[in-house]
Amino acid sequence: MKSLQVTNQQTILTESIPVLPYHDFFANVTALAASESVHCVSYFGYYLTDEMHLICCLADDNDGTVHLLSWKCAKQNVSVPSLTEKNPAFYIFEREIHENFGINFVGHPWLKPVRYAWNRADIGKTIANYPFFRIDSEELHEVGVGPIHAGIIEPGHFRFICSGERILHLEIQLGYQHRGIEQLFLTKSKINQRIALAESIAGDTACGHASAFSFLWESLCGYTASDSTILQRSVAMELERIAIHTGDLAAICTDVAYQLGNSVLGRLRTPMVNFFQEWCGNRLAKGFIRPFGSFYALTPELKQRLKSIFEAYEPDYNEIWNRMKTLPSLLSRLEKTGILKHEKVVEIGTVGISARMAGLNRDIRSSHPYGLFNETKHRAILKNHGDVYSRTQLRNEEIIQSIGYLKEWIENDPEIMPFEQSELKPKANSFTISMTEGWRGEICHCAVTDKDGNLLVYKIKDPSMHNWLALALAVRNNEISDFPIINKSFNLSYCGFDL
Amino acid sequence: MLKELKTVYHQGSQYIRDLRQTEVPGIFKGRPVISSDACDEAALIELCPTDAITSSPLCIDLGKCIFCGACAFHSPNKIKFTKDYHLSVNCRDALIIKAGEDKPLQIEISKVRPEIISMFKGSFKLRQVSAGGDNSAELELNASGNVQFDMGRLGFEFVASPRHADALVITGPITENMAEPLETCLRDAPAPKAIILCGTDAISGGILANSPALNRNFLEKHMVDLYIPGNPPHPLTFINGLLSLLGRDRKK
Repeated sequence: MKSLQVTNQQTILTESIPVLPYHDFFANVTALAASESVHCVSYFGYYLTDEMHLICCLADDNDGTVHLLSWKCAKQNVSVPSLTEKNPAFYIFEREIHENFGINFVGHPWLKPVRYAWNRADIGKTIANYPFFRIDSEELHEVGVGPIHAGIIEPGHFRFICSGERILHLEIQLGYQHRGIEQLFLTKSKINQRIALAESIAGDTACGHASAFSFLWESLCGYTASDSTILQRSVAMELERIAIHTGDLAAICTDVAYQLGNSVLGRLRTPMVNFFQEWCGNRLAKGFIRPFGSFYALTPELKQRLKSIFEAYEPDYNEIWNRMKTLPSLLSRLEKTGILKHEKVVEIGTVGISARMAGLNRDIRSSHPYGLFNETKHRAILKNHGDVYSRTQLRNEEIIQSIGYLKEWIENDPEIMPFEQSELKPKANSFTISMTEGWRGEICHCAVTDKDGNLLVYKIKDPSMHNWLALALAVRNNEISDFPIINKSFNLSYCGFDL
Repeated sequence: MLKELKTVYHQGSQYIRDLRQTEVPGIFKGRPVISSDACDEAALIELCPTDAITSSPLCIDLGKCIFCGACAFHSPNKIKFTKDYHLSVNCRDALIIKAGEDKPLQIEISKVRPEIISMFKGSFKLRQVSAGGDNSAELELNASGNVQFDMGRLGFEFVASPRHADALVITGPITENMAEPLETCLRDAPAPKAIILCGTDAISGGILANSPALNRNFLEKHMVDLYIPGNPPHPLTFINGLLSLLGRDRKK
């Protein structure tokens, strides 16, 4: 295979990534990605002086490496065969590259705009004129929802084609949240700015994205984080998972009108986010994770506090969960609703919860470990039915698993190092890939630097990038009234996708 | 049924009795106090990610501050973030905290449109619009209605349609792609209607300020009635902001 294999959070010289002629690139990528254990974690392009460089990153779950391959082309009028024809999981990456740079992928079934980025290749395409799929029929009707929805939720447009109450097709159009974050990473060059940007990629995953950025930046600067920093980040990320999963379970109860579940689980989320506030002064842990260390040490008092929070949480959580799983009126809404089978999730290449709910083992914590997962061997929890209930059960079991990790980790007692802003500069002509497992799934950040160590490109991939199509397919043949509960059970990010 | 009652019993009483006075747990980055001590102002200005700090005298603009706390760690004798979560104002300039000042932020009640107080004092229905918000302010707005903060008891509620709304609560820096839907949403709300900017992103763009993907013309066309700073604003900051705007914080 003509690829360079690197490990998670490793920095290499960009020139060591093989640059292949496109047909060779195509053959190698499709051969590698044919295995279920290999999937694309990022595929992006950027401009060099007089050409374009496109890098594809394929994660291999069996040996914990990432295959890097690349190709180059002219800046304009490029037309090449589409990888999507061979492997549908590439559909979103090729759409994105097409939108941003105008490269034509011949044979791609669906080269529609992804997010109407401000610097898109064809500025004539506007968000108000998105080309929705249509069916001419007197039997069918369309339902359009959004961009502004009925609750406190981010904007996006959902266009259903229904036969009576039954959904035949759903197309999801995003882009309303596009803030140009990747470009801001280049123009806002202070480290304090960049970490704040990382925390804003998806504010509900501040720890996940901030950790991905911090690990990347430290690797790029040739710095190794201290044990106490690793402990802090690992604890923060699992705590974020517990808090958000608990909140999601509350919201699932809301969507099936189980008021007691909503109020108990909503209340149980509070001590978790309040612990973040006690620790770092922000309920969503913004301002907490920083490259090279953190202002906020995990003191013995805080560890004790966390233990007592879990002691109070567990009995009440178990009580409500045990009630939920035996309540027929609740289960009848969750079971066999919004099903997506194993073959389908493999085909479209979902990640995180949206993969594990259908028996696809994708979890960076076990396949490409980072932080404390280098020592604590993680075993991903898998469910097999791919319905709303599988996604609900998965959250329940992950909460319990993560509490177990935290109880174990806070027994560790690494020396607390004072936080000092480092003067280290990023290495020149380098490439770094950094992946973490956010509560939604795998987060992937890639950076490429120029000869002076300045960023040439900062590429962000939120797990939602892979997973929105899963929602669109899962609702098919369901009643449209079940859309809210199916949507909530995926809980994908709008801003993480729109960037 | 008995199991449900048992769960309710274990749930106990969760609501915070006095939302105006309650103390937040742990450390909280609320209203900063800047001392008159000498310090390296240039270093602080350089440190700030959002240009919220300006010099002579040293000021922090809470409309730009993302409450990262870097300045307070750099010069702990100069800048302290207090636990005061009453941060909302109706005049943009009031968000600028000057060195040597230590007084609570307040609504200038004389500048609140009289119809807002007269019509919405007892019941205030809100339509939230996320215009590039990162889902952090949105989570906190959702939390404002949970069993602990329970703002519903005060007559505050988020509604599904702008046609039912008394006010628009805007989060996020207002992206180009959301500019038109936001305008439509405001148009569809019946008059009188208030505009509330919730979070630093909404007030100034925050860390996303000056991005070419934003379009903040909306704010030039319409008058803002309430500024609620925070990254994201704490539910207590949000709820107290509404109470203050409606003149409900005054002792009878």
